[in-house]
Amino acid sequence: MRFSTSLRELIGKRDFYAGGLMLLLGLGIALKGSTYRAGTLMHMGPGFLPTALGILLVLLGIAIAAASLTGGPDEHGGDQSILPEHPQWWAWFCILMSPVAFIFFGRYFGMAPGTFACVFIAALGDKTSSWKGTIILASVVTVFGVTLFSYFLQVPMPILTWRGEL
Amino acid sequence: MIEQALSGLWYGFGVAFEPHNILWCFVGVLVGNMVGVLPGMGPLATISILLPLTFGMKPVGAILMLGGVMYGAQYGGAICSILLNLPCHPPHAVTCLDGFPMTKQGRGGVALGLTVFASFVGASWGITEMIFLSPLLVKAALQFGPAEVCSLMLLGLLAGSTLARGSPIKGVAMTVLGLFLGSVGTDLETGSERYTFGMTELDDGIELIALALGLFGIAEFMNSVNQVAPINTKYTNVGIKDMRPTKADMKRAFFPMWRGTIVGSLCSLIPGTGPTIASFVAYATEKKISRHPEKFGTGLIEGVVCPEASTHSSVQGDFIPTMSLGIPGDAVMALLLGALMIQGIVPGPQLISQHPDIFWGLVASFWIGNIMLVLLNVPLIGIWVKMLAIPYRFLYPSAMFFVCIGVYAANNDFFQVGEVAVIGLFGYVLLRLGFHPAPILLGFVLGPRFEENFRRAMLISRGDILVFVERPISAVFVALCALLIGSQIYFRLRGAKADLEPAAENVVGGEAPTALATQRVPATPAE
Repeated sequence: MRFSTSLRELIGKRDFYAGGLMLLLGLGIALKGSTYRAGTLMHMGPGFLPTALGILLVLLGIAIAAASLTGGPDEHGGDQSILPEHPQWWAWFCILMSPVAFIFFGRYFGMAPGTFACVFIAALGDKTSSWKGTIILASVVTVFGVTLFSYFLQVPMPILTWRGEL
Repeated sequence: MIEQALSGLWYGFGVAFEPHNILWCFVGVLVGNMVGVLPGMGPLATISILLPLTFGMKPVGAILMLGGVMYGAQYGGAICSILLNLPCHPPHAVTCLDGFPMTKQGRGGVALGLTVFASFVGASWGITEMIFLSPLLVKAALQFGPAEVCSLMLLGLLAGSTLARGSPIKGVAMTVLGLFLGSVGTDLETGSERYTFGMTELDDGIELIALALGLFGIAEFMNSVNQVAPINTKYTNVGIKDMRPTKADMKRAFFPMWRGTIVGSLCSLIPGTGPTIASFVAYATEKKISRHPEKFGTGLIEGVVCPEASTHSSVQGDFIPTMSLGIPGDAVMALLLGALMIQGIVPGPQLISQHPDIFWGLVASFWIGNIMLVLLNVPLIGIWVKMLAIPYRFLYPSAMFFVCIGVYAANNDFFQVGEVAVIGLFGYVLLRLGFHPAPILLGFVLGPRFEENFRRAMLISRGDILVFVERPISAVFVALCALLIGSQIYFRLRGAKADLEPAAENVVGGEAPTALATQRVPATPAE
């Protein structure tokens, strides 16, 4: 038996964390769901199904985590770490900031600045990108995108605007 | 019966040949072919980006276009696999095994030419199957009450999550999560809000487009940024003249092509086994019955046409349960159903009789679209090949813009743009923890209908849960569910792999360990 699993080995087991995440999610769903009216089987209330799903998710989470502890068949070919081999923190940050920039610039300055900022920030994440190439890419996408979405598809968002109150 | 199907088909051609419909079909297959070629973009992300653009269109045109993206991407994916050895679209991963060696021998053009031909044959078979099987299924499904619908959905969800890629138990967890996400928002029956945490924007539930683009767009970009191997364009100089196969090639490809087609159509009949599994099974079968199995992996034409024909036959066949029962087999189909629902069309067995223009128009457009794809792929092969060289650093930032504006255009609200970023981050965490997010979408789309039918079934039976096993048709579905779970547990305890793909992956691993393992490619979770 593998009861002597050391803590270090445990940290490498990503299925353990996968199960743990499901367990927590299920717990949250079930607890929140229990505040809604559950009703009876015949007249189900809004809380019935979500709570049931939450409990199911807790059980599945336990099963996933337990399977990882008993050393079940290895599905990831030895890749047990949660982070990839070369973590791309900067690129991930850029990709996630790109929609945020779109919201901010789109809301206060209009579609064109929003598009430019969105593409520009996302492109910064690539290791091989240069300032010049990034600016050119963002400009091209802005021109193309504004033409397509504003003129042809009539998305109701001003191209250029100024809302002073930030 | 046959007469009815043929008259339906005739009517469908009338619909599909209307000028705007044929135009949308063309746009769909063109875009599909394009994203199929581009490494790092999948049909799922593309369909979700195009989805908001279809709001202003008529339902027929919308579904014709979105369907076109789906099968168009399969044609493009083959080019990527054969010429670059990049299995960036899962169904074409096995095509690399024999396709790329052929390219190295200078016969990549022949492989492509025969692939296009085999794809067309496979697709045609799948469409024929759809024409004749769907009305039969509908006839049976119209007898279903809420209890039957409920257990059928349960079977579909279980099959979709356990037979697909990866660990079955994780797949089930993702389905449950999807079902839960589908319940966020206002409860249809009582009007009370669930899990909105006071945000009025969530009253209408989580936006389907935001969920799809977060999981299959942003999460995938995070997964593949700075990880894409530089593309080797050494072999990509292929023109139309190179594509003509010799008579001997034709002869050798003929029977494998038909065998692949049959395997694909059989796989499409089992819910949950999409084109990916079909292509792996077809390759394994072909290898098994071959007289010289040791030569597979060295550039055999059989190893190219068989999985490709199988993929296409299965892609078209997947539309059968989606359109006739309203039960999608995989995430792409779930998305197409979602598109229909946004247009106000209720999926289910009544779809064919209530909206014959959609069903028969779609079937007819498959023929037209596939012919267009053959025409697009043979003379224009040079252009597609050039597109392979578009670097990822241009691709994903542009795609980020389409993600943002697409989600915005769905409701003209910035809230959904924030939603997509949050879902994207969550999706990436799930990916890293070894979950495949496709079943989430399946659960999400079916969730509200599942809940509605479950409640109705319970109301009719006066709260008796045994109704699901007392009604014979429902009992069959429940028994199949139990069989599915039982067999998974049985295989797990025996230590053998229950799902087909890991077994097939061993085939791959044994064949060409270096070819697939050395490259990290942006795999799109579309099956």
